[in-house]
Amino acid sequence: MSEIDPRVVRYVADLARIALTEEEVDRFTRQLSVVLDAVGKLREIDTQAIPPTASVLPLENVMREDELRPGLTVEEAMRGAPVRDGDLFRVQTVIEERPPERAGA
Amino acid sequence: MPESSASVPALAAALRARETSAVELASAAIASARADPYNAWLAVAEERALAQARAADERIARGDAPLLCGVPWACKDIIGTRDVATTAGSRILDGYVPPYSATVVERLDAHGAVMIGKTNLDEFAMGSSNENSAFGVVRNPWDRSRVPGGSSGGSAVAVAAGEVTFALGTDTGGSIRQPAALCGVVGMKPTYGRVSRYGVVAFASSLDQVGPFATTVEDAAIVCQALFGADPADATTMPLPDEDLRRDLERGVRGMRLGVPKEYFVEGIEPGVERAVRGAIRELERQGARIEEVSLPATDGALGVYYIIQPAEASANLARYDGVRYGLRVEGPDLVETYKRTRGAGFGAEVKRRMILGTYALSTGYYDAYYVKAQKVRTLIKAEFERVFERVDALVTPTSPTVAFGIGAKVDDPLAMYLNDVFTLPVNIAGLPGISLPCGLSEGLPVGLQVIAGYNQEATLFRVAAAYERAGGRLRTPGAQSASRTGAPTPEAEGRGRAPGPEGGLRPAEGVRQV
Repeated sequence: MSEIDPRVVRYVADLARIALTEEEVDRFTRQLSVVLDAVGKLREIDTQAIPPTASVLPLENVMREDELRPGLTVEEAMRGAPVRDGDLFRVQTVIEERPPERAGA
Repeated sequence: MPESSASVPALAAALRARETSAVELASAAIASARADPYNAWLAVAEERALAQARAADERIARGDAPLLCGVPWACKDIIGTRDVATTAGSRILDGYVPPYSATVVERLDAHGAVMIGKTNLDEFAMGSSNENSAFGVVRNPWDRSRVPGGSSGGSAVAVAAGEVTFALGTDTGGSIRQPAALCGVVGMKPTYGRVSRYGVVAFASSLDQVGPFATTVEDAAIVCQALFGADPADATTMPLPDEDLRRDLERGVRGMRLGVPKEYFVEGIEPGVERAVRGAIRELERQGARIEEVSLPATDGALGVYYIIQPAEASANLARYDGVRYGLRVEGPDLVETYKRTRGAGFGAEVKRRMILGTYALSTGYYDAYYVKAQKVRTLIKAEFERVFERVDALVTPTSPTVAFGIGAKVDDPLAMYLNDVFTLPVNIAGLPGISLPCGLSEGLPVGLQVIAGYNQEATLFRVAAAYERAGGRLRTPGAQSASRTGAPTPEAEGRGRAPGPEGGLRPAEGVRQV
């Protein structure tokens, strides 16, 4: 019994910024319910007083000198851009400009 | 025509004896990659390969060439290659040509190894059948109606079919070892932190590791020797003293303690797989190893831990594919809609499922119940392995519960697909090294034996694997690249020309290294 339903799938897909078709919503709801039921078995394992592991590495706070090193040129970094504007990646307007007459109103 | 599936020492000897040249080997490998009937390749980097081969021939002539110089290899297309398109098996990276190479590629370049091209894979390495590639399923050379395993299916097939001498794959939950098992070759995942991940398309960063496919255990060790070592560009690589990974290959297993975890022989394992693996364990015992049954009870939770942590990390890593800086862009009326349409069109079904699963496990209200819970069980799994390695030198298990299955058999059942990796993913959860090598056939298809060792104990891993390999033999893939080869005839060379025996091609490989 999992808490996944089509509404949750739509909501989470929106958080993940993925457009889904209704057919995908239905299919993923069914498939993810089965998967979540299987992973839900973890609840049966007693983990009181067990610390979480984020990384298995016995390393912490790896430091190095902050030195100048050669990096990519602007052209190398930009060459895959789907849409560019000179040396800038072009995207749609994120924050609309206010019309000047209403500024400060 | 020399055979590129000859072992690395055999090729190195032939190159130095001028029986072949790196250019000749590269040309043969390019031709076989172009003619590959399994859809194993996504790109052949002919110009780059031939330039590398010419340089390798010059270096060999100067007499200062390392063992891998001039040896043809194949690169899983999730590993970034400067000026060679890198797709990760996804439409979302459409047109992406990396401006730099992964550290592992640079290291093999420095050794003079010749990269022939890029191999097919499950999209972003998410899968265990290679059916999730945006560029079509890869077919298993043992039976073209079956999957090669995944996610590094193309690399496994390129080696199994004798198109290249070795290949690189990545292994997040079994993506090297499982296809190696299903295709009858050697596949090895190093200890987490031994190989740089810099320049490798990130999937689940606390689990991913690069490793080799090869036809012999020794070749896998030779490739690891070239790959291992700290990288200033990857802060998760371990600074460790240099060591010779091949030092124990000939030592045998007499007196070693080998553990057989009872949780790895459970319901769901095919009888033919269990029979082959038990047979391999008996062989190791016959050679003088002490076999002990051990228990790893937290194994039961491994699948759950993996299918929370892995999609959670992936959902964060794949957030970068937004259609702004590289790859596909599908315009919408505003920026957020552009992101959603780009990702909706660019990602395949399995990637979308995992993005949703991972985002869900990290979302408010579920973070503690899923993500933190999984991290705690991860601690238990790791601690169990550490305890068992106080008693035994290595563990021996099946690699996969089944042999290669039919194309399409599991595509609509994600949970059934996920269970393919049930014996390999605990190794990634704990960050241990693991290797799969062929241990015979079941119903005419290869079975893999998995050996797991403690942290940074790769020399022990190769020791156990090499001991079994000497007796158990390599598998000859039906229809693999033809028999003629360079160098003096060896038992191995003669074996290659032999028709498949009653067991469908299992052949002894005594003296493989004495070339």
